[in-house]
Amino acid sequence: MNGTVTTDIPKKAPKVEPGRIRTLRGSQTRTAWLLLIPTLLVVALVALVPLVQTVWYSFTDERLASLQPTNFVGLDNYRFLIKDAAFRHSIWVTFEFSIITVIFEFLLGIVVALVVNSHFKGRGPMRAAMLVPWAIPTVISAQMWKWMYSGTYGVFNDLLVNKLHILDHNVAWISQPNTSLPAVAAVDIWKTTPFVALLLLAGLQVIPNDVYEAATVDGANAIQQFFRITLPLLRPAILVALIFRTLDALRVFDVFFVMFSSRASTQTMAIYDQQNLVSFSDVGYGSAISVAIFVIIGIFVVAYVTALRVERT
Amino acid sequence: MPHDERFQELARSALSGRLSRRDVLRRAAVLGLSAPVIAALLAACGGSSNKTPTTSSGSTSTSESTSASTSPSGSASPMASPASSPEASPSAEASPSGSPMAMTFDPKVAPPVPDPSKGKQFSGQKITYYGDSVGAGNDFDKVLAAQFTKDTGIEINIVPKPQDSTQNFATYQRFFQGKSSDVDVMMLDVIWPGSLAPHLVDLSQALADEAKLHYDTIIQNNTVDGKLVAMPWFGDFGMLYYRTDLLEKYGYDKPPTTWDELQDMATKIKDGEKSNASFTGFVFQGDAYEGLTCDALEWIASAGGGTIVDENGKVTVNNDKAIGMLNKAKGWVGNISPRDVTSFQEEDARNVFQGGNAAFMRNWPYAYAEGNSSDSPIKGKFDVAPLPAAGGEKHYGTVGGWQLGVSQYSKSKEASIEFIRYMTSPEVETWRAVVGSYVPTMEKVASDPAVVKAMPFLENLQDVVRVTRPSGPAGENYNQVSTYFFQGVNKILNGEDASGVVQQIQQQIERVMG
Repeated sequence: MNGTVTTDIPKKAPKVEPGRIRTLRGSQTRTAWLLLIPTLLVVALVALVPLVQTVWYSFTDERLASLQPTNFVGLDNYRFLIKDAAFRHSIWVTFEFSIITVIFEFLLGIVVALVVNSHFKGRGPMRAAMLVPWAIPTVISAQMWKWMYSGTYGVFNDLLVNKLHILDHNVAWISQPNTSLPAVAAVDIWKTTPFVALLLLAGLQVIPNDVYEAATVDGANAIQQFFRITLPLLRPAILVALIFRTLDALRVFDVFFVMFSSRASTQTMAIYDQQNLVSFSDVGYGSAISVAIFVIIGIFVVAYVTALRVERT
Repeated sequence: MPHDERFQELARSALSGRLSRRDVLRRAAVLGLSAPVIAALLAACGGSSNKTPTTSSGSTSTSESTSASTSPSGSASPMASPASSPEASPSAEASPSGSPMAMTFDPKVAPPVPDPSKGKQFSGQKITYYGDSVGAGNDFDKVLAAQFTKDTGIEINIVPKPQDSTQNFATYQRFFQGKSSDVDVMMLDVIWPGSLAPHLVDLSQALADEAKLHYDTIIQNNTVDGKLVAMPWFGDFGMLYYRTDLLEKYGYDKPPTTWDELQDMATKIKDGEKSNASFTGFVFQGDAYEGLTCDALEWIASAGGGTIVDENGKVTVNNDKAIGMLNKAKGWVGNISPRDVTSFQEEDARNVFQGGNAAFMRNWPYAYAEGNSSDSPIKGKFDVAPLPAAGGEKHYGTVGGWQLGVSQYSKSKEASIEFIRYMTSPEVETWRAVVGSYVPTMEKVASDPAVVKAMPFLENLQDVVRVTRPSGPAGENYNQVSTYFFQGVNKILNGEDASGVVQQIQQQIERVMG
């Protein structure tokens, strides 16, 4: 719009001196900046300032509520971070969790989206019911699941041991190292699949019906229609859903915190950061971890955005 | 006493309520016990429930009042009726008028504010109180705050503090860092006064007389550079709960004194109770949190393995006795303890034990009143003993305990101090001791017959060595020291070998201690 207006002016009024155009253009630019300033200020205040501050802190040994003065320590925090096995472990835990959950949430989400997109009786209530897990605050659902997983009185053990006799003894799902990660991933999958389904459902609804009608006329069966029409046309929605979920999974905190408190073997990056920053009041080292997390998540953002751009061209 | 064992047995039966008052009287007479002792037994027979006592029917007309005032300690108390000294006839004829139990203890009715005029000056002010969140603590807080508001007009906004001590401490630090006036009165762990002192109001002037009532040691703990930064509220220490009925059923006449004994007894009882699939031997606090630091400190200290960091700041955790003990504890998990004990906190352990699904439990005193509440399945079927130790070592219990302090940044400091004056008064401590088994912080309350009767276990625990967490040498880094320790111990309980992990803990803590 803007472009056409500015190019039109010189054509329709060739006699106007160039200075006036510049003024007009200049005043437009000025107005634009004026209107943008509040937004830019807010962004600078809530995003840029804390970011710069965090980077600055990461070069100091600042501690909260401490009596010692703060010193500039250069790259000491980062040097320690590189050697920190606990942080490396937390990255690994986070990645494992992200991969498991994103894959399952995507596969289940697409199934759910296809189901609630088809025509059947009670589709409206079904769509509302589907969102219930997502509407429950994570802390509450995590605590709920923690009780269900309990090795002493949990409902899963009761079902598997006493009712169905599949297992012969109670399993401590969230205490044993080998079942802990799948257990917590299941909670996240249960909770967030509806969100993925919702995003994909929105994508499904913009696919025009006549494409399918044409395909039917051409004799394509349902499976061919899904892979040749639905999936390609759904790609933008899928990418958006994957970006949201990956970034969310990488900064996961609440589910793990409720289920495992401070157990070392199940610390995600965010929990390890919180432990240093909040529990230990070690702002310097905590900030260095925050910067590292920022970089790691940044890599994923760049990768996804590039993928999205490739998609457009 | 020649009848020692039979007496103990009788006392236990009386305590657990298995014998009626008449039976106790009869059997005690057979044993030839003296009248005051019989009266004490009858007091126990009255049940340790905190409800208004009901007079038993039948020929034993001994009134509740007489028996209570002649409890074993027999010490003078402001509430004891002058008519019945322990030496004098404690018989049923003792005067019912002026009886001490005229003051009954109802968990829903708090004692009135002793001198409400002081608080009334600040009527209409509103204070925020970070109070208890474990067990029935929050219920008691509500009842007490309502009473305080009724008597003084000062409104109390109760916020249950974070259950996890590490988080709780961090929350307070945030408040102080921001000089926030959003919190006025706060519960403080016994290990915190040192590091939070700069942010707490000096109470030594306003509560000088009250402070004299409390045990000197706790007042000293709470005094930093001459400032009294917190008032003692209740004491805590680790102790062993055991099921008297099950021990008897499997032929044990006393609780275990060594960890090996505990292991043997738990194994035998667990095998015998196989019909209950949920039944387990021993529950404790194994989650990766501050509670595990307390539990594991008891294990290590009672095995002769020291106290993690000694008083000079030297890290001592890496030693053979500590490693041996932690490996022993690892052996419990999945055997005498449930596999998921490694994610148990206080309330998880209590739920299992109180549900009748465990023979032994390590917990704080609050679980005693909960276990004896009227709807508890194990009411009267359990007792308390010192935690076991390795052969030849002393018995240890980690010191806990909570104080009340006022934030330096509070806008209603005077009203807050009045609230603390009430909460830490002998009247409230007595009430809380009886209805909630919170260990009093003053001799005057501890020797009160009603309190002695409600917490008979205090007697058994007098020889236990109280061990403190290394908050002194660790200073402001305590959270970090404790976290490395409990994370390491939790790893061991979850299956890693202690020797490698303990070495790692030693290194991590040494780095923090610098």
